[in-house]
Amino acid sequence: MFPLRIAGLAFAPNGKAVLDGVDLELSGEGITVVLGPNGAGKTVLLRLLAGLLPAGRGRLDWGGAALPSGRLAMVFQQPMVLRLSVWANVEFALRPQALSPAERRRRTARVLERVGLAERSRDSARLLSGGERQRLALARAWAVAPRLLLLDEPTASLDPGATEAVERIVREIRTDGAKILMTTHNLGQATRLADDIVFLAAGRVQEHGPANAFFARPQSAAARAYLQGELPWRLPFAR
Amino acid sequence: MGHTLGEAFALLASLDSRLLQVVGLSLRVSLSALALGTLLGLPLGAWLAVSRFRGRGAAIVAINALMGLPSVVVGVLVYLLLSRSGPFGGFGLLFSPAAMVAAQTVLVVPLIAAVSRQIVEEAWRDYAPELSLIGLSRWQSAFLLLADCRFALSVATLAGLGRAMSEVGAVMIVGGNIDGYTRVMTTAIALETSKGDLALAIALGLVLMAVILALNAAAYGLRAWAGRRYG
Repeated sequence: MFPLRIAGLAFAPNGKAVLDGVDLELSGEGITVVLGPNGAGKTVLLRLLAGLLPAGRGRLDWGGAALPSGRLAMVFQQPMVLRLSVWANVEFALRPQALSPAERRRRTARVLERVGLAERSRDSARLLSGGERQRLALARAWAVAPRLLLLDEPTASLDPGATEAVERIVREIRTDGAKILMTTHNLGQATRLADDIVFLAAGRVQEHGPANAFFARPQSAAARAYLQGELPWRLPFAR
Repeated sequence: MGHTLGEAFALLASLDSRLLQVVGLSLRVSLSALALGTLLGLPLGAWLAVSRFRGRGAAIVAINALMGLPSVVVGVLVYLLLSRSGPFGGFGLLFSPAAMVAAQTVLVVPLIAAVSRQIVEEAWRDYAPELSLIGLSRWQSAFLLLADCRFALSVATLAGLGRAMSEVGAVMIVGGNIDGYTRVMTTAIALETSKGDLALAIALGLVLMAVILALNAAAYGLRAWAGRRYG
């Protein structure tokens, strides 16, 4: 499944280019954070990798195969929360897998314990707070033991305490062996979590490298301007 | 008018046996049709909401159009199917409560399917990416969304019950309005009015309206409770 090689990936609904030839290679370990201004194509990149959007052109090479061989999960900015119990919101995600009911129960109990929702497993999921809902979504993704976990701004509307809890869970999922590719606008979070940074702007990868190096010495003018908090219409890569 | 109303209330207060028999049969027939209609209509509506196939648009238009199907047309159709020369004539169901259940089921299935399709499709629009990625089949997604939307779907079933209980044409044709056997509230009201026995007709009308009102109140209460309990 890895390395994942993305070559010339483009997406242009109604002729308007959102991604305009993305070239990228991702290893199977660690946390890769995708940074970039609004409209850079970060979410679209994740959705294309998840197979939720059809690519206009370009190629995805999953370790020599056209399709990923391992499981892939995604947590959205506004996660799905069904009007069912917390337990049921996790357990249903295991139904497509060939698991015994006992194994489904074991996995569900384990992930709910690890995200700190075990004691609320009988409660209605719709009564959870924003942070708890995001932890529930992470538990659902974790339960399927993904090889690649895509996170689309998972802490966008959370307070610092809930953000810290989500970041702890993300680290644990990585330790469990999942490659994590996430988007965020939170530079502090990127500093805390990222092993490497992909900087996306104007539909292309402007820079990709180790997180420490990116924050200390950004190579592209676009990344330097972004890190300095330049307004989007003044950025050199603005269309 | 005042005298007739007084007689109607006297019939209700005395728990007139004729009236109770008609009300009881009406509830049995309509609730049976509702149960069958729900079993068929909800999965059909949910499946239409989550599936994509050639002709889906035409199927949705057809289901929506069938909501307005005249009950006498359904009555004739079921009559033809159950009559001696029809394909199901051998069962001897014509002019029986079972035939009335069949006719009312035909009437309520499109209504329940159309309303539930609309409700489930809205949930599907929000959840389709996640459900697809998880790998649920269309049927698994359909049943999961039925569970998620169960309280909103009470509206669909309530609409179905209202349609079943208030229709007169179909049950008149396939039931025959036989006293003590297939006479239900709506057919009794029509008959008693034509005979001039307005007291019984009004009493039955009051019961019919009370039942519909009670069901609506129950559905309202259920949704309010569900909102507090499940968010």
